[in-house]
Amino acid sequence: MSGHPAYTEFHPRWYRRQMSTWWWLGKRAYLVFILRELSSVFVAWFVVFGLLMLRAVGQGDGQYQRFLDWAASPWVVVVNVVALLFVLLHAITWFNLAPKAMVVRLRGQRVPGSLVAASQYAGWVVLSAFVIWLLVGAG
Amino acid sequence: MADSITLQVTRYRPEEESEPTIQEYDVPLGRQWSVLDGLNYVKDQIDGTLSFRWSCRMGICGSCGMTVNGEPKLTCGAFLTDYAPGPVRVEPLANFPVIRDLVVEIGDFIRKLPSVQPWIVREEERPVSEGEYLQTPEELDDYQQYSMCINCMLCYAACPVYGLDPEFMGPAAIALAQRYNLDSRDEGSRERLDVLIEHEGIWGCTFVGECTAVCPKGVDPAGAIQRYKLTAATETLKSFLLPRGAR
Repeated sequence: MSGHPAYTEFHPRWYRRQMSTWWWLGKRAYLVFILRELSSVFVAWFVVFGLLMLRAVGQGDGQYQRFLDWAASPWVVVVNVVALLFVLLHAITWFNLAPKAMVVRLRGQRVPGSLVAASQYAGWVVLSAFVIWLLVGAG
Repeated sequence: MADSITLQVTRYRPEEESEPTIQEYDVPLGRQWSVLDGLNYVKDQIDGTLSFRWSCRMGICGSCGMTVNGEPKLTCGAFLTDYAPGPVRVEPLANFPVIRDLVVEIGDFIRKLPSVQPWIVREEERPVSEGEYLQTPEELDDYQQYSMCINCMLCYAACPVYGLDPEFMGPAAIALAQRYNLDSRDEGSRERLDVLIEHEGIWGCTFVGECTAVCPKGVDPAGAIQRYKLTAATETLKSFLLPRGAR
């Protein structure tokens, strides 16, 4: 080491550590957090995909068929499968975190967190069943 | 079982080095020895120049927080046998400047804490002759968990938001604000909201959740901050929708 760093008895020289750009790779909990944050990009992708489909439907049969052909191309299928996995991660992690943010009271009693989380899963199942009924039942 | 274990301790002596270094010490692996006991053995028997903070040895004072094998821990509550056969890495708390060896500079937290008024605020104090402010067990339950905070700052060391942006108010300060907001005797929530609604307050938090995971007292600062966000959002919505008198 060359020379002495600036130091006085009354103001010692502090050592400040910098966080690495890759701090989120060091711990599983940080990695899951970053993946959860990233998942919102894929949620946005599904919104865009839905809007594109809506526009195609509005423009008539030919356009809709072209949209379906595009949606069946391998790279779109791969993107959608990845997006689905991220959206599942998004839903599950946020459902599990919701009881932390919400304190629900029924008749003065605090509803346990597990019940708050379970009610969201129940809502998810009911909505999915409704959508399946719309698709299969109506068809 | 081996009768000793190696501690790899971060040393930083600003008068002679510009960066921290690692020094190894072999300490006895006592059955009920904590990492703090190991450090005290080093200080007493091997190397009296090692600096670290400690006081109560029983998880109450909150001064012996350090990074043990990468995790923020109270060293009085981290047992050497759990890390056997070792070695055990002992570093200063992350996200704070290091003054010397394992001693960090905590002025930032100490300055932030009073800004959220972590005490009971009354619009008008009741005279003593009228007696205590009474509270039911249910009202106590609302905030008791948050009152367990011992200001050990492990949550700050675990929080990447604080590490990246030291302006962030941080988990413990917000949890303590919430401890008084939820107290039925307190009337200061409006004033605290004005401080915490700023970007560096509750909205800085991205809900990583590690503050809660490392808290040695089960305080759940992450939960406190998310509940506070809900309150703040509701208050903001009310201020848009309701006439002034009805808020």
